[in-house]
Amino acid sequence: MELPEIGVLDCGSGNLRSISKAVSHEGGLPRISTRMDPDWSGLVLPGVGAFGHVMRAVRSFQNDLLAFLHEGKPFLGICLGLQVLFESSEESPEEPGLGLAKGKVARISAAKVPHMGWNSVQVTRESPLFEGIETGEHFYFVHSYAANPREDVVVATCEYEGQGIVAAVWRDNVHACQFHPEKSGRAGLRIISNFVGLSRGDP
Amino acid sequence: MAKRIIPCLDCDLAVPQGRVIKGIRFRKHVYAGDPAERARQYEQQGADEIVFLDVTASHERRETMAAVVERTTDEVFIPVTVGGGIRRVDDFVRMLRAGADKCSITTHALQEPDLVSSAAEVVGSQAVVVSIDAQRHEAGDANGKGRNVIDTPQGPSWYECWTYGGRQGTGVDAIAWAVEAEERGAGEILLNSIEADGMQMGYDCALTEAVSRRLGIPVIASGGCGRPEHFLEAFTKGRADAALAASIFHFGRYTVREVKSYLANHGVPVRLVCG
Repeated sequence: MELPEIGVLDCGSGNLRSISKAVSHEGGLPRISTRMDPDWSGLVLPGVGAFGHVMRAVRSFQNDLLAFLHEGKPFLGICLGLQVLFESSEESPEEPGLGLAKGKVARISAAKVPHMGWNSVQVTRESPLFEGIETGEHFYFVHSYAANPREDVVVATCEYEGQGIVAAVWRDNVHACQFHPEKSGRAGLRIISNFVGLSRGDP
Repeated sequence: MAKRIIPCLDCDLAVPQGRVIKGIRFRKHVYAGDPAERARQYEQQGADEIVFLDVTASHERRETMAAVVERTTDEVFIPVTVGGGIRRVDDFVRMLRAGADKCSITTHALQEPDLVSSAAEVVGSQAVVVSIDAQRHEAGDANGKGRNVIDTPQGPSWYECWTYGGRQGTGVDAIAWAVEAEERGAGEILLNSIEADGMQMGYDCALTEAVSRRLGIPVIASGGCGRPEHFLEAFTKGRADAALAASIFHFGRYTVREVKSYLANHGVPVRLVCG
């Protein structure tokens, strides 16, 4: 069987090795690139660094990206790749986000920021990405900002210093998680595997 | 947040693939297999993170270390930290590109504190671990004047940062240095007790607690672990966020899974991996 080609967009913040290794580990064919290719079966937008930095990189392929999504092909945003789906972020107020989901990204108000380490994730709604993942499973987080959606896109949350944090969102073919599935052991690989399955067109 | 259990793999990079050393650090060594393979075993047992430590801290062998990290992160999908031989911001970048998530610095952080700030600026605080090798001194020592003195089971004590793998004193107060490292942008403190290291009699919980209480960033307890109870003490008495250990796992006395079920049974939040 042919492996599904999955684009891994390079926004210039370095380490794309782990995510592409995770994709190939789960049966996908990762293509690291700074440009979109309409022939890909799926697309991953990993984001490390600052919101504005990632958005400036996204601008260069934004139209191709939106066309790709319009075709209904699966998209996976990771960390900042989740945040840029929203309208804006306190981190870089001058740089609007993609605005695919209503809401803003705000700094986490907690004593210890970044929220870093393994946190238990509650699945709040069934979604294709969390197929086979039990609620309460741990995932690896590293972030200082978090999404505040103004519409019902949340599929998983976690609790940090007494407050709720959006762990994953989903609408149609757009999936995104705040944690790093490529660093979350077996549970993380299950997320990647589910995404590769979607890209392959599994029923 | 789950308390993290971190196996440490001491590596000898004199051979092309690198090899794991087990035994008491800085003393007699036994060779114990391939670093990537050991890391994979620990991941399967439920390790939350892996630390590779170049015990010779050989800057010239960082390409060998980068290759070890690459081979490991081909198959291991949990955070990886590299320590030993990291001297410049470039070294951080090199290791992160190889697939590591963090680098730890000890001697070079003390010699050049700006390295902490500049590394944090380039790769982010989350990737900068300042490792402290702390040597206990009785507070009565003449050198102890003006130091952070804390109560320990051995009596009132202060702690001195040592460098070069615990071979050379610096006179720098370890608690004060931990506070400064956080201010300079360190994302975590790896706190190793020289006295406890290799003794398997338990972590230095007094020191760990004193540092944890003063900092807003995670503190990793290190040195002295020999039994599952020691992990429990590090998290309760020592208020550590994570605990690092080598020999308890290397000699196969306990698996990471056994340690974690023990901790879970004692009410410590840990990430349990079935299988």
